[in-house]
Amino acid sequence: MQIEVDNLSFSYGGSEKMVIKDININIDKPGLYCIIGPNGVGKSTLIKCFNKINRPNTGAVRIDGTDVAEMSNKDVAKLISYVPVTGQDMFSMPVIDAVLVGRFTQQKWKTTSADLEIVYRTLKLLGISSLAMRGFNELSAGQHQKVAIARAIVQETPIMILDEPTANLDVRYQVYIAELLREMAEAKQMIIIMISHDLNIASKYSDEIILMEEPGTIRQIGRPEDVITKETIEEVYGVGCEIFQDHNGKPQVMLECALRIDE
Amino acid sequence: MTENTTTSGESIVRQRLGEWMRGDTDSDFEESVKRYDHYIWRKHVFMVVCIVAAILVMGAALTLGTYPISFFETYEIIWNHITGNIADVTADDVIFNLRMPRIITGVVAGAGLAVAGVAMQSTLKNPLADPYTTGVSAGASLGATIAIVLGVNILPMGGLGIVGNAFVFSLIPTAIMVMICRMKHASPTMMIMAGIAVMYLFSAITTMLKLWSDPDALKALYNWEVGSLALATWDDIVIMIPVVVIGIIVIQFLSRQLNVLATGDENAKSLGVNASQLRTICLIVVALIAASIVSFTGMIGFVGLVCPHVVRIIIGADNRYLVPASAAFGIALLLAADLVGRTIIAPTIIQVGVITSFLGGPMFLWLLLRKKSKIWG
Repeated sequence: MQIEVDNLSFSYGGSEKMVIKDININIDKPGLYCIIGPNGVGKSTLIKCFNKINRPNTGAVRIDGTDVAEMSNKDVAKLISYVPVTGQDMFSMPVIDAVLVGRFTQQKWKTTSADLEIVYRTLKLLGISSLAMRGFNELSAGQHQKVAIARAIVQETPIMILDEPTANLDVRYQVYIAELLREMAEAKQMIIIMISHDLNIASKYSDEIILMEEPGTIRQIGRPEDVITKETIEEVYGVGCEIFQDHNGKPQVMLECALRIDE
Repeated sequence: MTENTTTSGESIVRQRLGEWMRGDTDSDFEESVKRYDHYIWRKHVFMVVCIVAAILVMGAALTLGTYPISFFETYEIIWNHITGNIADVTADDVIFNLRMPRIITGVVAGAGLAVAGVAMQSTLKNPLADPYTTGVSAGASLGATIAIVLGVNILPMGGLGIVGNAFVFSLIPTAIMVMICRMKHASPTMMIMAGIAVMYLFSAITTMLKLWSDPDALKALYNWEVGSLALATWDDIVIMIPVVVIGIIVIQFLSRQLNVLATGDENAKSLGVNASQLRTICLIVVALIAASIVSFTGMIGFVGLVCPHVVRIIIGADNRYLVPASAAFGIALLLAADLVGRTIIAPTIIQVGVITSFLGGPMFLWLLLRKKSKIWG
C-alpha cells in the first residue's frame, strides 16, 4: 500500500487563497503517521483531500498509483476509513447501531452475525462494550470519540485517517488509543494517519511525523527525533520549550511560555 | 509486575489487540447478541401491532353508513370479493364503491405522508421537517386557487382540473430547491430556508387571488384545503397508488444510505455515500409522494411530521425499520383519526386533518415528556 501526495494545492470555494500549497508526501510503509502543526495550517484540509471530501485545485493524491479523483466514492470507502474531528450524529441510536454504520461498505442489506461480532470485538478493544445498547446521545464527548474510532475500525480498510482522535479522551485513553493505532498499523500492515495537537503523544507513538506550518506547507517529514527539536518547535509553534528524552529515546516536550502572538 | 515490556500500558494494548485479531469472543458477546436480537424483535412486533390495528380500524370504518353491515361482515365481504364469489351484491357495492375509496385513500395517504416525513427529517437533518417543508402544500394551494378562482387548468384533465393544477404547482417549489442545490453546494439548512422563501412567495400570491375572488369560490377553496379522505374516487386512487407505492419503495431502498447520512455529510462521504445526490433524489421522491396525496385529499398536516417522531421514540432511528414502521403507524393513525372524526359528533363530520392535529398534538407531547432518553441530539 502506498499513498502519494503529488504537488497538492487546495482552496475553499475556488478562492485565490490556497489553504494548503504544493504538498508532497510519499508514504510507502505501513505505520502510524502523525500530522502536527499550529491551528489553521491546513491539517484537516489536507487529510480530507485523501478521501475525496475535498477536491484539490491542483495536484493529486494517488493510492497505489491510482488517482483518488478517478475512483468512485464506494471504492475510496473500501480503501480509506475516516474519523472526523467530532461526532456529528443526528439521531440517537444505540452505540452498536452507530458502529454498525461503519459496516456499510461490507454489508449487504441485513446485519449479519459476522457484522455484530466484529462490532462487539471492536467495542471491547476500545473498552466500551458495556455501552453497546446505550443511546449515542447519552454518551460523553470522549465516548463519542471512541464510537467514531470503532466505526472506522470495523470498516476494515487498509488506510485509516483520523482528525484529532485523542482530543476528548482522558490521559489513559490518549496513550491507549495512540499505542493501539500504532500496534494495529503494524499488526494489520495498515497506513494510519492521524492529526494530533499533542506533541508528546505524536513523538512517542508515531513512526513518522509530518510537520506543517504557515502558510499551509510542509516543513518537515521524518522520525520524531529528527522533527521534534527545540528550534523547530519554537519557530513553528511560537512557544518556548525544553526537550527531554523518554526511555525509548523519543523526544518529549515540556512547554514554557508563548513567544509571540499572531496578528 | 508485567512480564515483558517497560510499561504496563503497552502489554495491555498488545493483549487486547491480540484478542481482537484472533477473533476471540466471550460469554458477554452471546448476551449482547441476545439483547440486540430482542431489540430487533421489538421493532417487528411494533410493525405487526400497527398493521393489525390498521386492519381493525379499517373494519370498523367500513361499518359506518346508512346501509347496515356489521364489523365482522365487512371482512367477509372483502374476502368474498377477493375470492370472486360475491354473496350479497348490494353489500359488495356499498363496501367497494361507496366506502372503500375513502379507506384506501387513508391507507395511501397515511403511509405516504409518514414515509415522506421520515425521508425529509433524515435527509434535511431537521426535526421540524415534514413532507410539506419544501413548499409542497403552498404550491398545491396556489394551484388549486388558480383553478377555482381564475378557472385556469394547466392539465387538460376535465373533472380533475383542481387536482391537476395542485399537482403541477406543488412540484414547483421542489424544482426550485433542486436547481439551487445543483447551482450552489447547498447545506440542508440553506435548502430549508429556500423552501420557506418559496412558500412565502406562493402564499402571498394565493392570498392576493383570494382577496379578488367571490365568496362561492372562497368556500370551495376552503373546502378543498381542509384535509379530507372523502373526496377521492377509485379513478383518483389508481393515479395516487402507483406514485406513492413506488416512492415508498425507493425510500426503503435508500434507507441504509439515510442511516449513513445521519452520521454527518463528511462521514457519509467517507463511507461512499454522496450526500448531496442522495438529498436531491429524496427531495424529488418526497415531492412526488406529497404532491399526489395533497392534490386529492387537501392538507392533512401532522401525520408526516409526527408519525416518524413517535415511531423513532418507540423503535429507534434505524431507517431500515423506521420507514416501514412509520408507514404502518401512519395508516393506523390516519384511519383512526378519520373514524373518530366521522363518529364523535355524528352525523356532523369533522375533517380528518383537524382530528390528526387534535389527537396527535397531546399524544406527541406526552411521549416527549415521558421518554427519558434523548432521540434528538
